[in-house]
Amino acid sequence: MLTRREFIKKSAQGASLLTLGSLISGCFSRGFFQNHLRRMSREEAKRTIQRLEDEYRHEFSRQVKVKDTPAQQDVLFGMAIDLSKCIGCRRCVWACTKENNQSRDPQITWIDVFEMKHGSSMELALDQGTRYYRREMVPAKGHFYLPVQCQQCQDPPCVKVCPVKATWKEPDGIIVIDYDWCIGCRYCLAACPYGARRYNWGRPTLPAEELNPNVHLLGNRPRSKGEVEKCTFCLHRTREGLYPVCVEVCPTGARKFGNLLDPKSVIRKILAEKNVFVLKPELNTKPRFYYYFS
Amino acid sequence: MKTKGSNLPNLLFTGGAGYYLWLSFLGAAVVAGALAYILQIRHGLIITGMRDPFPWGLYIANFTFLVGIAAAAVLVVIPSYLYHYQPLKEVCLIGEFLSASSIVMALLFVVIDLGRPDRFWHIIPGFGLLHFPQSAMAWDCLVLWGYLVLNLLLCGYILRCKYQSRQPSTALLMPLIYLSILWAISIHTVTAFIYSSLSSHPTWHQAIMMPRFLASAFSSGPAFLILILQIIGRCTRWPVEKKALHKLAEIMTIALFFNLFMLGAEILVETYAAAHHLTHRLYLLFGLQGHTALVAPTWLAIGAQVCALILLLFPKARQNLKLLNLCCTSIFVSIWFEKGIGLLALGFIPSSSGEIFEYHPTLAEITITAAIWAIGLLIFTLLVKLAVAVETGALQQAAHAQGEQPKSRESEQIGQEAKPLSG
Repeated sequence: MLTRREFIKKSAQGASLLTLGSLISGCFSRGFFQNHLRRMSREEAKRTIQRLEDEYRHEFSRQVKVKDTPAQQDVLFGMAIDLSKCIGCRRCVWACTKENNQSRDPQITWIDVFEMKHGSSMELALDQGTRYYRREMVPAKGHFYLPVQCQQCQDPPCVKVCPVKATWKEPDGIIVIDYDWCIGCRYCLAACPYGARRYNWGRPTLPAEELNPNVHLLGNRPRSKGEVEKCTFCLHRTREGLYPVCVEVCPTGARKFGNLLDPKSVIRKILAEKNVFVLKPELNTKPRFYYYFS
Repeated sequence: MKTKGSNLPNLLFTGGAGYYLWLSFLGAAVVAGALAYILQIRHGLIITGMRDPFPWGLYIANFTFLVGIAAAAVLVVIPSYLYHYQPLKEVCLIGEFLSASSIVMALLFVVIDLGRPDRFWHIIPGFGLLHFPQSAMAWDCLVLWGYLVLNLLLCGYILRCKYQSRQPSTALLMPLIYLSILWAISIHTVTAFIYSSLSSHPTWHQAIMMPRFLASAFSSGPAFLILILQIIGRCTRWPVEKKALHKLAEIMTIALFFNLFMLGAEILVETYAAAHHLTHRLYLLFGLQGHTALVAPTWLAIGAQVCALILLLFPKARQNLKLLNLCCTSIFVSIWFEKGIGLLALGFIPSSSGEIFEYHPTLAEITITAAIWAIGLLIFTLLVKLAVAVETGALQQAAHAQGEQPKSRESEQIGQEAKPLSG
């Protein structure tokens, strides 16, 4: 026979055990204990993708396909921008935002276009240019435009400083982030010399009808608050032979993209024939993002 | 027969009206901060004033400053254990307590700064993936946790010896002491390296950052300690000799001189060359394009330090407790600014993409920051209370008395009456 006191005690114990159990299982099902993507077995990766797809379906009431296309063999991506052709229309900025499911509010864009006065140096500095230009018509007289996004450095400072290895360089040269592993310390934001990384300060919002359902695990899948993101050269497209959307949408053809290991690629042709330069070369980050004037 | 453990809460939470007032003040600050933190968890760091161009704010500023305060404990340890300076040896434990509480605060500031505190385990070696040795942040995590453990070991051992009224064994104590001296210097060097390793911010990317961090720590730490020791001397029966304060004041003066000297060296090199990154210093000193939020605090901080240094150079002024306290307060506050928000602004304004974004902390952010300080001060207060109980024999008596006649609690209370500084 149980006394009343014992009964209360026992049921309290049982209840707390149950709560603890459901808490732990909840943690597992919600991805709390999700491993680092690069430590996962095939099985684990599959389960993770399944979980993400379920979550997105729940959140957006739409079917979302999460891909994990690996880097292709013998491919090293690079981009070049012909600054003589860029007119500063920012079509790349908006196309990128749509393609890569950036938060609409707070607004996050992966590409910045700087309006620079003719004759100013290529320094990213306030007296040289601004990314907050508002014009009725572009290009404005006496100005040129400098689009900046992740420079996909060969020696990326952001990767070096990350305390938990949440960001790394893929074999095709693209710097990616395991969004679920990022702890949100923002050391990479401080380390990036190009201001290319973006932080989800609040909960990202993305209307379901604007969601791009063709997403990649390391790329444009919807992110959560407290996570860092940035340009991935549209790896969900480029790993399947398509151009990044900023290249495709550019009305003047100022953006060139291709495989640096392919001697016949357009990017190799530009490197061979034009005087290209990179931003902040003195920092020795060796960007795979080149600029030139044709 | 009850053990000392059961007396401990009684002893820790018993005191005069002032003591209760102090504890409830701290408690209220913690509660307010906890509420603000719930808000931060729910909405994200968007409730703070930080944004992409200025990604670190009040939290990391206080973290940096507090690592310095923690490191400054060596300034008590070195004279006491390497030079056997008795007056400081008496207060060595207080220095170590301050150090341990500062480390706890510093670590808490890192945790609340994380956008995803739920993923904190990713940083724990063995479970997560610590990016060691590449990331300076990984180094910092290891040295900070190490220093905390080392400090607790040291304090625990010394306290235990005091409790049992026996001398600490040199063979056990000295290796710990030497290690803690090296470790204290290392925590602040590594923290400086978090900034100076970033070549993207030319004003941070200077080797002088590390020695300057030490110099500013070794002036702000003793400044804080001088103030705290006087309060402890007034409120408890802990023996605080004036000589100890004067020794600390001397050390502080020398460190302050080096801090200002290095600041001068930095400014001279930057302005003479007038290279592009001079804009960062110009922002702090004169403002840029009408953005002048930090100009007044910058000049006040430099001015306060220069005035304090000039005053402290006169032994007469150092002997005068009122003047000394004024100097200590201004050093503490000015270095808190200079090494906190001032340092962050020096790197982030203008930002890597040349933008001026003036950071203004929000009320929620300030409340959370205050709460972390309150937690640290609470830990410090309780540690000192415990040590006073051991030092004055109250805890031993209590354990003894409890064993024989559990009701005689009044006699165990430790003194709260004001007591003039001895010596």
